[in-house]
Amino acid sequence: MMRRITGWFNQHPRATLRALLAGPLGWISIVYLGSLFILLMHAFWSKDSFTGKVEPFNWTLDAFAQILSNPVYFTIAARTIGIAALVTITAAAIALPVAYYMARIASPRKRALLLVAVTMPLWASYLVKIYAWRTILQTNGLLGWAISPFGLEGPGLTEIANSWLVLTYLWLPYMILPVYAGLERIPNSLLEASADLGGRGWITFRRVIFPQLIPALAAGSIFTFSLSIGDYIVPDLVSDAKFIGNVIYDNSALGSFPVAAAFSFVPILVMIGYLLVARRLGAFESL
Amino acid sequence: MERTASTALAIRLDGLTKKFGSGTDAAAVAGIDLEIRDGEFFSLLGPSGSGKTTTLRMIAGFERPTAGRIYLHGDDVTDLPPFDRDVNTVFQDYALFPHMSVAENVGYGLEVRKVGASERATRVKEALRMVRLEGYDARRPAQLSGGQRQRVALARALVNRPRVLLLDEPLGALDLKLREEMQIELKAIQGEVGITFIYVTHDQQEALTMSDRLAVFNRGRIEQIGTPAEVYEHPKTSFVAGFVGSSNLVAGEAARALFGTPGRFAIRPEKIRLGEPTDKVGADEGSVLGRIKTVVYLGADTRYIISLDIGGELTVTQQNLKESSMEAHSAEGRAVRLTWRRVHVLTLAEDPQVAPA
Repeated sequence: MMRRITGWFNQHPRATLRALLAGPLGWISIVYLGSLFILLMHAFWSKDSFTGKVEPFNWTLDAFAQILSNPVYFTIAARTIGIAALVTITAAAIALPVAYYMARIASPRKRALLLVAVTMPLWASYLVKIYAWRTILQTNGLLGWAISPFGLEGPGLTEIANSWLVLTYLWLPYMILPVYAGLERIPNSLLEASADLGGRGWITFRRVIFPQLIPALAAGSIFTFSLSIGDYIVPDLVSDAKFIGNVIYDNSALGSFPVAAAFSFVPILVMIGYLLVARRLGAFESL
Repeated sequence: MERTASTALAIRLDGLTKKFGSGTDAAAVAGIDLEIRDGEFFSLLGPSGSGKTTTLRMIAGFERPTAGRIYLHGDDVTDLPPFDRDVNTVFQDYALFPHMSVAENVGYGLEVRKVGASERATRVKEALRMVRLEGYDARRPAQLSGGQRQRVALARALVNRPRVLLLDEPLGALDLKLREEMQIELKAIQGEVGITFIYVTHDQQEALTMSDRLAVFNRGRIEQIGTPAEVYEHPKTSFVAGFVGSSNLVAGEAARALFGTPGRFAIRPEKIRLGEPTDKVGADEGSVLGRIKTVVYLGADTRYIISLDIGGELTVTQQNLKESSMEAHSAEGRAVRLTWRRVHVLTLAEDPQVAPA
């Protein structure tokens, strides 16, 4: 019996493929996309103003009207996107020299050590790292202690800049690794050719290296940007400036699911736009 | 183009040495002296690992010599970085910038050296015309064939009008037909621009075809420098005799039996005549009897390996004037007389000993 089944699958490769993919594809389409779909449906459903219960299939655009009529939502969306963009730019600015050193200058031994050093923080828990930053940033924290001789004190846990700092720290490895891989892919002879044709270090970087790193930078930025835009724990724990995620969380906690769902369209649309641009820059060939 | 300075030196290498790794490793280039004249097509010929590419890379400035000096038109450039040397390189893998168009690639050197846009456009157009790639300006390197990429690499180097052009096995990646076409074209272009070409190759045929002079490299040293005819007709060492063309190398007792005196000798397979055992031998000729052991049919020629009656083997090639392959193969086992003119027996020097590092 077993032999006959395996024999049949051997004769029908497409059926084999379907049987193998049925599980994972089913999981993605039903459990993953399905739940996302239901979540987004909530945005178009009304809420009983008396009981506060969501009324499925009672279509309305109230939730969107509520968001559009309140400028706070706009401020929060702009703040989130702005910080995410800033985190991405900062991570790229740090990743370029670090990855360049790793890929082009460091000895094989140092390169291995640096790769471990870059990936090591990924082994630690996300929450542990954020709490570590809290102890650094709080008014009487490590940073405050270090700068107290100069009459300064720690930034405390309210500054919006804290979110920028901590998010950059968290997502930096995701930028360094693709940029490092991108640099490794540039043949040495291209750099020699540029020098041979009269290009000094800076010109070679600007004209030969950087343009070829754009796909790698776009790939890294997908991580830094999307992870930043979706984060709500960092802004909650190290600052008092809310992100989109905090508003969604707060609204669902209060039971206003339609508003939460409607607001979650913002990061989704931003990310779709971002991915389209990244694809044009060749990011997906660099992942 | 007039070459008034034909006796002037383009390049002078003085005791040039390069060692990679720790001090006990053998030197990649072991103290070479070389003078290349202005306007020459000069080849550095040798097997892989013989130091020819490392020498070229030191002239270009990509490698720093461990010892020795490099002079470019009389100026010491040993300590200058590549971008301050008036030489350009054509790379083995072409090294075209993949994100730039053909015109941008060719114009890169001019742009970096701040040549104005209109002059740049004219010179790029002119360089592309010279390598017969007019109309390809807007293409990307990925859209070109290997031979076309090669031409772009050449145009990109020539457009800067360097005093010396360095070519690192530029035709190595092309197939045979295209390589032969490009050999002729490169030589023609060199005649047109009058720039000194230094050409690295491991292909002795290529070096013989193209060069005005060549240097044969072996184990980090130069074994012989000369014109193609000099090096081919009068190889000085057994390495050169064996590497440039093929040779029967004869030494010791065999040499005494064949040529009457002991020593190191070489004779080219095409200089030996294959005949009947009863053939007459002239006064200025040498001769030996043997039997055909193996026949290798090569199309234009046939190669015979003869076991000599006095012991040992000699290889003989004969042009296929009338033989067909079947006739040639039917000769196996036949008794023959080998005859050669004494002037074609080359006396070789002992191979130079590699000095301990």
